Amino acid sequence: MSEQMICADAVLGYEGNAVTEGLNFTVSEGDYLCILGENGSGKSTLIKAMLGLKSVMSGEIRYVGGFSSKEIGYLPQQTPVQRDFPASVREIVQSGCLARCGLRPFYSKQEKERCASAMRQLGIEELAGRCYRELSGGQQQRVLLARALCATSSMLLLDEPVTGLDPKAQLELYEMIAELNKKGITVIMVSHDIHMSVRYASHILHIGSNKQLFFGTCEEYVSSRIGQSFMLSEGGDENE
Amino acid sequence: MSELWDKLVFYFEFPMVQRAMVVGLLIALCSSLLGVTLVLKRFSFIGDGLSHVAFGAMSAAIVASVLLKGAASGDNSFPMWLAKLLDETNNMIVILPVTLIAAILLLKTGQNTKIKGDAAVAMISVGALAVGYMLINLFSASANVAGDVCGTLFGSQSILTVTDAEMVLCIIMAVLVIGIFVLFYNKIFAVTFDENFAKATGVKADAYNLLIAVITAVIIVLAMNLVGSLLISALIVFPALSAMRVFKSFLKVIICSAVISVICAAAGIVISILFSTPTGSTIVTADIVVFAVFWLVSLVKGKE
Repeated sequence: MSEQMICADAVLGYEGNAVTEGLNFTVSEGDYLCILGENGSGKSTLIKAMLGLKSVMSGEIRYVGGFSSKEIGYLPQQTPVQRDFPASVREIVQSGCLARCGLRPFYSKQEKERCASAMRQLGIEELAGRCYRELSGGQQQRVLLARALCATSSMLLLDEPVTGLDPKAQLELYEMIAELNKKGITVIMVSHDIHMSVRYASHILHIGSNKQLFFGTCEEYVSSRIGQSFMLSEGGDENE
Repeated sequence: MSELWDKLVFYFEFPMVQRAMVVGLLIALCSSLLGVTLVLKRFSFIGDGLSHVAFGAMSAAIVASVLLKGAASGDNSFPMWLAKLLDETNNMIVILPVTLIAAILLLKTGQNTKIKGDAAVAMISVGALAVGYMLINLFSASANVAGDVCGTLFGSQSILTVTDAEMVLCIIMAVLVIGIFVLFYNKIFAVTFDENFAKATGVKADAYNLLIAVITAVIIVLAMNLVGSLLISALIVFPALSAMRVFKSFLKVIICSAVISVICAAAGIVISILFSTPTGSTIVTADIVVFAVFWLVSLVKGKE
C-alpha cells in the first residue's frame, strides 16, 4: 500500500490562534479513515487544510506519489442554497468534471461518459433528468457523491455525509461508501457516529479539543482506553 | 384596436423608438441571464446597491462637468475637453469604473470582513444615493433638479433619448456579456451551486466570482437608461424567480428567464408608447404580472 497523504506535526487555526496542534497521521491507498471529534475540535479546519483551501500554521500536509489535493473528490455538507436549487441531477454530477475542462467551455464526450458511469455506479441513472431539490435526502447525497466520483478516481473526502438522513438511508449510504472503498478508492470521512465509524473504517483519527488524541487502525482504537471510553459515553447517549 | 395598431406603426417609424426597442431588449436579456445566478447566490440586493452607486457616480460626474465648464477659460482648455468627454460619453467614463469597483468590493465582503454582506450593501447603496442627491442639489446647473433626479431614479423617458453611439455601445456590451456567459456557463453553474466544491477541485472560484461581479456592474450601468436606478433589481430578480417557480433544470431556468424578460421588456415598451406610461415601471409591472402567473402555475402543478 503506497502512501497518498502525510500530515506531519500540523498546527491548524484561525488568525494566528491555534485550534488543533500536533496532528500526525498518514493515509495510504485504499484506506478508510474516519475522523472523530467533538464540535469545535477543528475538523472542518482540517478538511479545508487537506483540500488545500487553507494553509497550516506550521508543520505540513503533504501529498505523495504524484497525487495532489485537486484530485480529491469532496462531498461537502449541504448548504441551504443547495436544498432549493433548480438544477437537474445530470447538471450537478457533470459539474464534478469541471476541473478537467480547464478553460475549455463545454464538457467533452469523455467527461459526459465519466458522469454517466459515476451515476451508474451509484444507481441514480434513472434520476438524471430529475430536479435536485425534489429528491430525498439520501438521493441528494448520492448525487453529490457521484459528482465527487467525477472529480476523483482515487480519494474521497466526506464531511459528515449522513447528517439529516433517516436511519435506513444512512445505512444505504454507508454501504455504498464501503463498496466504493472495496473498489480501491481511499475514503476519508468526518463523522459523529462512532459506532458506524468503528464498523466500517480501517483507521481512526480522534481529535480532542486542541490536540490529536488517537491515530491508528480501527482494532487498536477499539482496544484503546480513549476508544472504549468514547464508545461508552456515546453508547450511553443513545440509550437515554 | 386598429387605431392602436396604427399608432404603434406610426411610432415605430421613428428611429428613436427603434433604438429604444433594441436597447431595451438587449438589456432585459443580459440582466435576466445573470439574474438567475445572483438570486441563487443570495445576491439579489447587490443589483439594487450597485444601481444606487451608479446614481451617485452619475451625480458626481454631472457636477464635475458643470464645475469644469465653469473653471474652463477657453474652448480649447483641458477642463473644457474633460467636460466635453464626460458629456459625450453620457458620463459612462465615470459611472462604469466606479460601479465596477463597488461591485468587486461588495462581492468580496460576502466572505470575510467585519461588516457583513447585507449591511455592506445597505451602507454603500444608501450612502451613494444620499451623497449623489446632495451633490446634484448643490451644484446642478439645471433648473429642474427634482425632474432630473426623478428621471435618473425611475428612468422615466430616458430610454427614448438613446443616441446612435449609445446604442452601439449597448450592443457591444450586450454581445460581450452574452458571449462570456455562454463560454463560462458551466463554470458559473459550478460556482453558483457549490463554491467550496469548485474550489476544492481546483476551479478558480474567486476569479469567476469576480467575473460575475464585473458583468453585473456592466449590466447595471447599461440598465440605468432603461428602467432607472431604483428599478434595476426588478429586471434582475423577477424573470429569474418566475422561471424558478416552474422549471427544474438550471439551463431551462436560464432560458425561460431570458424569454420572460425579453417579452416583458417588449410588452412594457409598446404599452408605454401606446398609453404614455413611464417605460421602466411599465416593464417592471409586466414582470410582476408574469411572476404572479408562474406562481399560480406552480401552485396548480404542485397539487397534481
